[in-house]
Amino acid sequence: MCFVASYQIITGVEGLASIPMIAYTVGFGVLLVSGLLLIILGFEVLDSPIVVIVSTIIPLSLSLGLVWEHLAAFRTLYLVFTILGFLAIVFTRSVPIKNKLPVLVLASVHGIAGMIIFLLPVIMAIRGSSQPAFSLVGLGGALIGLGGLLLSFLKAGKPILSRITILKILPGLLLLTTAAFVVGFSAA
Amino acid sequence: MKTIIVKLRLYWPLTKSLQTGLLLSTGLAGYMSARCPVMHWYDFLGMGLSLFLAIAGSTILNMWYDRDIDAVMNRTHHRPLANGRITPGEALRLGLVFSVLGVGMAVAMSPLYGLIVFGGLFFDVVVYTLWLKRRTSWSIVWGGIAGGMPILAGRAFGTGHIDGLGLLLALAVLFWIPTHILTFSMRYHEDYLAAEIPTFPSTYGFQVTRKTIAVSSILAAFSIAIAGFLLGMEWGFLRLLAVLSGGLLILAVASVFRPTERVNFGLFKYSSMYMLGAMLLITLSAL
Repeated sequence: MCFVASYQIITGVEGLASIPMIAYTVGFGVLLVSGLLLIILGFEVLDSPIVVIVSTIIPLSLSLGLVWEHLAAFRTLYLVFTILGFLAIVFTRSVPIKNKLPVLVLASVHGIAGMIIFLLPVIMAIRGSSQPAFSLVGLGGALIGLGGLLLSFLKAGKPILSRITILKILPGLLLLTTAAFVVGFSAA
Repeated sequence: MKTIIVKLRLYWPLTKSLQTGLLLSTGLAGYMSARCPVMHWYDFLGMGLSLFLAIAGSTILNMWYDRDIDAVMNRTHHRPLANGRITPGEALRLGLVFSVLGVGMAVAMSPLYGLIVFGGLFFDVVVYTLWLKRRTSWSIVWGGIAGGMPILAGRAFGTGHIDGLGLLLALAVLFWIPTHILTFSMRYHEDYLAAEIPTFPSTYGFQVTRKTIAVSSILAAFSIAIAGFLLGMEWGFLRLLAVLSGGLLILAVASVFRPTERVNFGLFKYSSMYMLGAMLLITLSAL
């Protein structure tokens, strides 16, 4: 996974403007550094409260890159959403809040970003406005979303699968996710 | 044959293979950064072998001299010299043979290169190990200078002279050394106390040590980034270097504001990966 993410950062995506290039670099960069930290510190690092904040960067940055590249009319709006969404998650995860606001903010931000990563490439591939392989970006989005959901439910104390099973499948899931992103973006 | 294999197995830990390998990678990256017009494999391999011998030789001499310290530290008491599986005389002879061979080979290949390799060995064995390590916690600066010599030597061997970029690369390694060593001295604080070795944590406390690590990480990351830019590394490699540097900085800052044993250990391990990654990128970008 780390090598695949490194490869994507080095090769980048041809002909991109600086904002999407930065966004993709940040997204894959977080994947890379997270992978290295998982190797160094083991899966216990996932128990850290900062994981929620860091893991938000991946969907937000990748979706920002996609919107900037393919939905020119929504660029500014989505950039504002990205910044505000990230700040909202940082705030609601740093300050003790008793109600369900943190969960609501997290679900909204992840939900919107995740749907963009999943749907936009798939729709573009179906419409023929991009290569069919670009839909693999959507697959990558679905896979990392699945991983996120498994971890979220586990943290919430309502695990869909046992912790051992999740930790067993997580490395493979992350590798598949990164590979799908890399192949998909190279098709873009 | 069996005796030789047994001896090699005993001798190998004396070279601290991971540390030697990391320093060797800096030397090879320094050489590759020179972008010689023609790639001479015999030069490359000769340089690799001479550097390996010199670095391993100085490490063995270091371990020979510090065997009394190693014996009282939990982390190192099982080392072959500390627990008596190798006699001090045997280790001294091995260290001297490696060092003489390494420096001799280096001088034969290029006098300037040989001089820098000798300088590294001198700083590591004489200034750091024999003179300062047991006297002051600032000895790591001199150890750091020794650590920066392989990359300077490699680049000087490639270009034929000492240039600003070579010094900058050496400076980057020098700044990186505290991140590597100080996290280690915090992790094994009790061991160093037992051995009565002055370290930053024992002299200035953990918080000052963490701040020093953070500052040195920032300086190391900037030095490598500037060197990479001046070397003309492609944007892709620079992007990856920036990402890896970002990880180092975040961990260094986290170790100041949220200090835990886990973060400290993570920073120690990550800093090694970071240096190896940076050296690989410098090497690959020159191909």
